[in-house]
Amino acid sequence: MATVDNTVTPGDYPARHEEDGHDPRRRDFINIAAVAWAGVGAGVIVLPLINQMNPSADVLALSTTEVDISKIEPGQAIKSTFRKQPLFVRNLTPKEIAEADAVPVSSLRDPQTLEERTKVGKKNWLITLGVCTHLGCVPLGAGEGENKGPFGGYFCPCHGSAYDTAGRIRQGPAPSNLHVPDYAFTSDTVVTVG
Amino acid sequence: MSFPWAKHYEPKQPLMRWMDEKLPLPRLVYNAVGAGYPVPRNLNYFWNFGVLAGVALVCQIVTGIVLAMHYGANALVAFGSVEHIMRDVNGGWFLRYAHANGASMFLAVVYIHIGRGLYYGSYKAPREMVWLLGVVIFLLMMATAFMGYVLPWGQMSFWGAQVITGFFSAIPLVGEPIRILLLGGYAPDNAALNRFFSLHYLLPFVIAGVIILHIWALHIPGSNNPTGVDVKGEQDTVPFHPYYTAKDGVGVAVFFLIFAALIFFSPNLLGHPDNYIEANPLSTPAHIVPEWYFLPFYAILKSFTADFILTGKLWGVLAMFGSILLLFFLPWLDSSPVRSANYRPTYRWFLVVLLVDVLILGYIGGAEASARNVIIGQIATAYYFAHFLIILPLVSRTERPRPLPNSITEAVLAKHGGTSPAQTALAH
Amino acid sequence: MVRTIALLIGAGFVFVLGIALFGTVSTAISDPAPETAEHEFHLHPKDAHLPSAGLVGKFDRQQLQRGLKVYQEVCAACHSLKFVSFRDFEQLGYSEGQVKALAQAWPIEQPSVNPDTGEAATRKNIPSDRVPSPYPNEVAARAANNNALPPDLSLMTKARHDGANYVASLLTGYQNQPAELLRKFPDAKTPTGLHYNPYFANLNIAMPPPLTSDGQVTYDDGTQPTKQQMANDVAAFLTWTAEPNLESRHGAGLATVIFLAIFVFLTIGAYRNVWRGVKH
Repeated sequence: MATVDNTVTPGDYPARHEEDGHDPRRRDFINIAAVAWAGVGAGVIVLPLINQMNPSADVLALSTTEVDISKIEPGQAIKSTFRKQPLFVRNLTPKEIAEADAVPVSSLRDPQTLEERTKVGKKNWLITLGVCTHLGCVPLGAGEGENKGPFGGYFCPCHGSAYDTAGRIRQGPAPSNLHVPDYAFTSDTVVTVG
Repeated sequence: MSFPWAKHYEPKQPLMRWMDEKLPLPRLVYNAVGAGYPVPRNLNYFWNFGVLAGVALVCQIVTGIVLAMHYGANALVAFGSVEHIMRDVNGGWFLRYAHANGASMFLAVVYIHIGRGLYYGSYKAPREMVWLLGVVIFLLMMATAFMGYVLPWGQMSFWGAQVITGFFSAIPLVGEPIRILLLGGYAPDNAALNRFFSLHYLLPFVIAGVIILHIWALHIPGSNNPTGVDVKGEQDTVPFHPYYTAKDGVGVAVFFLIFAALIFFSPNLLGHPDNYIEANPLSTPAHIVPEWYFLPFYAILKSFTADFILTGKLWGVLAMFGSILLLFFLPWLDSSPVRSANYRPTYRWFLVVLLVDVLILGYIGGAEASARNVIIGQIATAYYFAHFLIILPLVSRTERPRPLPNSITEAVLAKHGGTSPAQTALAH
Repeated sequence: MVRTIALLIGAGFVFVLGIALFGTVSTAISDPAPETAEHEFHLHPKDAHLPSAGLVGKFDRQQLQRGLKVYQEVCAACHSLKFVSFRDFEQLGYSEGQVKALAQAWPIEQPSVNPDTGEAATRKNIPSDRVPSPYPNEVAARAANNNALPPDLSLMTKARHDGANYVASLLTGYQNQPAELLRKFPDAKTPTGLHYNPYFANLNIAMPPPLTSDGQVTYDDGTQPTKQQMANDVAAFLTWTAEPNLESRHGAGLATVIFLAIFVFLTIGAYRNVWRGVKH
């Protein structure tokens, strides 16, 4: 057997794989393929790790809410919930409707008429999310005796956004009107939201 | 520290040079698991398992963090929240099965890693510290695995917590107060569940920290190899990258293949059906068993059925902890100058017996306590202790080892049957 | 020094084990554990050949719907299904409207609160509800069942060894106690109020035979409702309730395993390529 020193031979010396005489592109294709394949796998495995953060099936199942509106008198409002967010259902008085209609649409920050924000023939039912479009506080004005703000609709105490009787932004930092969710009257007294 | 012929990190792009001056992290990685770490050229596939254990830990941490986003550590909701993950969370069943089976994969990989260390004498000088830190990691893993198994709050979770904290009550006088302290009550409940969750989240990061020390300690003497012979020169080593990154790549691919087969086709194979029954403090399952990776230790616990000065219960607990703690003394129990069992003809056979013995203990740990099984368990337990504490020290003194190769390269060339330099240059 | 101490400790453990071993052996000889009826007469479940079994098993939607009917008409009187929501039944092949109607018509109503008085009340089920329990709490369940608690069935097929086959075998396994058992173990006579069933762990089950006659449930799809058929169908249904994601698991598994098998070959290729010319 050879001794330690003379076993060292150039051919036996671990050569760098790049220094091989053959065409490196063809030889190294398999390395690139393996690494690329691992990359694809890593990319795919990230999907469930991120997707798990989306709403789960039980949360999605609560995405419709039925609201009984039979007990809301004109001038009153109730707070319900829709997708765990406050939902304002307001029965407008003729005076409030007239106030809303009197505003020239072109002067609004987010131009919309009351008709566009309610259902045909149900102009007195203003159904909006109770989430200020500024930073998500719950505006006042739906509860009995709460401050309705300078425009008689809703008033957000956080940063002073004021909404009118059609739930449209009139003053303050909020960029747009209170959001009107998808809803339908399943009967004269029941509204299905979502 | 490394061998003098280790390649040096030489960043070429200006950005990497700038980075190297400010925070030489790429240099650290290069020297740890890159081309800057010379590794014996003759490592076999058993040397994959260290990297695989690291991969398994990463899998556990990643899946664990996302599971914690949905889990509720409260005795009233814990079981339901796991079912919520399984049914309603997007891909939740995959994440949960991956985490549960990932624990088994992690422990399996680590057991092979430990077995590799035992067979090839990786615990011997100069790598004692690597081994000691490894045993610490193993202990931390056992604690983490146990606490993780409690979290789903099924019947086995609850009664596992009851039995394992019950070990401490074997200690005279202070045992029962310690048990109550650990549980935060008289039986496992919210307090225990919450602290187990907190620690189950914390300990993996402690494990990661000790792994860094483990690798640091390894890089001082460098890796052991199947001959156990020290590296003598540059011809004995190859750079870790690309040689062992490529070889570990094969191991990682096979690891994930087995892991995926478990997750997707037999996710409950290694679990126990009773853990799909919600915890009930008033009804013990007919047959309490721990997870498979604890079964050998459970068999040791069960084998001490007689009182002798101390109660049998205390003997069992002492023996169970002792069976792991004795690993700390292994580098000094084995005085043989030869590392690899390939060159230790007698000791090698005892190691084979030990492997069979541990498998028998694993079987007995999960089997019913019939007289036959208890007898087998007692004999197997006796061998376990005799092996480490009696046979190993004696054999290491008396055994005549086979002649060692002069160097790693010589052993490699002998294996390939080539001695002529010209031949080896041409042959593949 | 370490080795001397180790030798003593090792000898100590071995000695104590020797004492214990002596005790075990002498007890085994002088006082052998008696054979038990459970040990001798317990049967492992028969294979119900459910389509969901096997590596790439799938559910038979028709069978799941039949199983739901068996659960609804037979099991639901006593057993809850608390981790299953009505909306989940869409996975059995029902439309959203059908699920809504099924929830509405479910015989047990959902616990609720009277919105005017705040008193406990019930209301009709909606798809997002969990399947309601037949009893308000465990005490009521025990009181109504001779102090035996009917277990929740959501996870039953995962909570028993070989669960799906176990359910099917148990439901059809009721029989009279074999004469041989009584001859060998006179003390093991089934107590009154319990029922002999060799598939049950301790042979005597509190649940009276739920499937008593063929045709107990009328199937909508024309399948003959034999006792065996009903047992298999409800076992299939309970396999689904325990593991509703079984099909996506098998599907994703097949793709993943193929992907990883290719990966194994690629890494072997890369490994050989990197190591070519280097003996090791």
